[in-house]
Amino acid sequence: MEQNNKKSASTTTHSIGIYLWIWGLLFVFSTFSYLVDWYNLQGFLRWSLIIFFMLLKAGLIMAIFMHLYWERWAIVNVLLWPMTAIMVFVSIMVAESEYTFFTRVLFFVMGG
Amino acid sequence: MSEIDTSKLPQGGKGFLHDFAADQTTFKGVPWGKAMMWIFLLSDTFIFSCFLISLMTARASTTAEWPYPSEVFGLTMFGVEVPLLLIAIMTFVLITSSGTMALAVKYGYERNRKMCGYLILATAVGGLTFVGMQAFEWSKLIFHDGVRPWGNPFGAEQFGAFFFMITGFHGTHVSIGVIFLFIFARKTLRGDFDTGRRGYFTSMKSDYKAIEILGLYWHFVDLVWVFIFAFFYLW
Repeated sequence: MEQNNKKSASTTTHSIGIYLWIWGLLFVFSTFSYLVDWYNLQGFLRWSLIIFFMLLKAGLIMAIFMHLYWERWAIVNVLLWPMTAIMVFVSIMVAESEYTFFTRVLFFVMGG
Repeated sequence: MSEIDTSKLPQGGKGFLHDFAADQTTFKGVPWGKAMMWIFLLSDTFIFSCFLISLMTARASTTAEWPYPSEVFGLTMFGVEVPLLLIAIMTFVLITSSGTMALAVKYGYERNRKMCGYLILATAVGGLTFVGMQAFEWSKLIFHDGVRPWGNPFGAEQFGAFFFMITGFHGTHVSIGVIFLFIFARKTLRGDFDTGRRGYFTSMKSDYKAIEILGLYWHFVDLVWVFIFAFFYLW
C-alpha cells in the first residue's frame, strides 16, 4: 500500500514545502559540521560527528533533491550497491597505510 | 516514444525482479538520458572516491605532521582569527545553488517556463560565486602562503598535491556545470522546451526532462563537496 502511495506522488510534482524543508535542513547540518571545527572538538567525537553529518547531508541530497526516494528499485539498486565496493577499497587501504606507516617508523625513525 | 505508466507495474523488491527479468528496457519509466547521467555520475563517484581514498592513505601513512586545515584555511576578519571561514561560506553558497536547482526541476515539471529559467540562472550565479571564491582561495594559498604540489610551509609535503588535485577536479566540475547552466537557462527562457526547437549541437527536440538531468549533475557536484568538506577540510 505504501509503495502505491509513493508511486502516485511521483506522477505529480512534489509540493514546494519538501524542497524548502530539505534546503533548510542542509543549512542546519552544514552549520553543525562547521561548529565541530569551531569548537575544536578532537578525537573520536570529532570524526564521528563529521561522518554523521556528512552522511545525513548526502542522504538528503540523494533521496530528495536527486529524487532517488521516488525512483524504482531497479535503478536505486544499480546505483547504491557499487558503493559497497568503495567501502571494501577503503578498508583495504586502511590496512595498507597502517602497514606503510609501521615500516616508515621502523626504518626512518628507529633506523631499522 | 510512449511513456511507461510505472504505477501499473509491481513496486519495490518485486518491481526490481520484474524490471530485470523484462525484455527491452530495464529502467522502466526512466528516460534514457537520465539513466545515462546516473551511470556517468556513478563512474564519477568512483573517481572522486579514488582521490579521497588516496588522501586517506597518504595522511595515514606519512610520519610528517599533516597541516591542520582549520588553521591553513583560516581567515583573519576584523583582527579575529576565524577558522575555515571561506570554506564555510563556499559550502553555504553551493547548498543554496543546489536548493534553487531543485526548485528549477520542480517548476520545469510544472512547465512553468519563467520560474524554471530564472531559477537555473540563479543556480548558475551561485556556481559562479563558488568558483570565484575558490580562485581566491587558490591564489591566497599559492601566492601568499607559498603552497606548491611538492611542498608547503605547514607540514607534510603531499598536502599541496592533494589539495590542488581534489579541489581542482571538483572546481572543474563546477565550472563545466556553470557553463551548462547558462546554456540551459537561455534554452529554457527562450522556450525551446515548449516549442520543440531543435538543439544546436544535437539537432534533437528536448523537453523539461533535460532540466532534471542537468539537476542531477548539479546536485552531484554539491554531493561531492559534502565529502570533500568533511574529509579534506574538517578531518
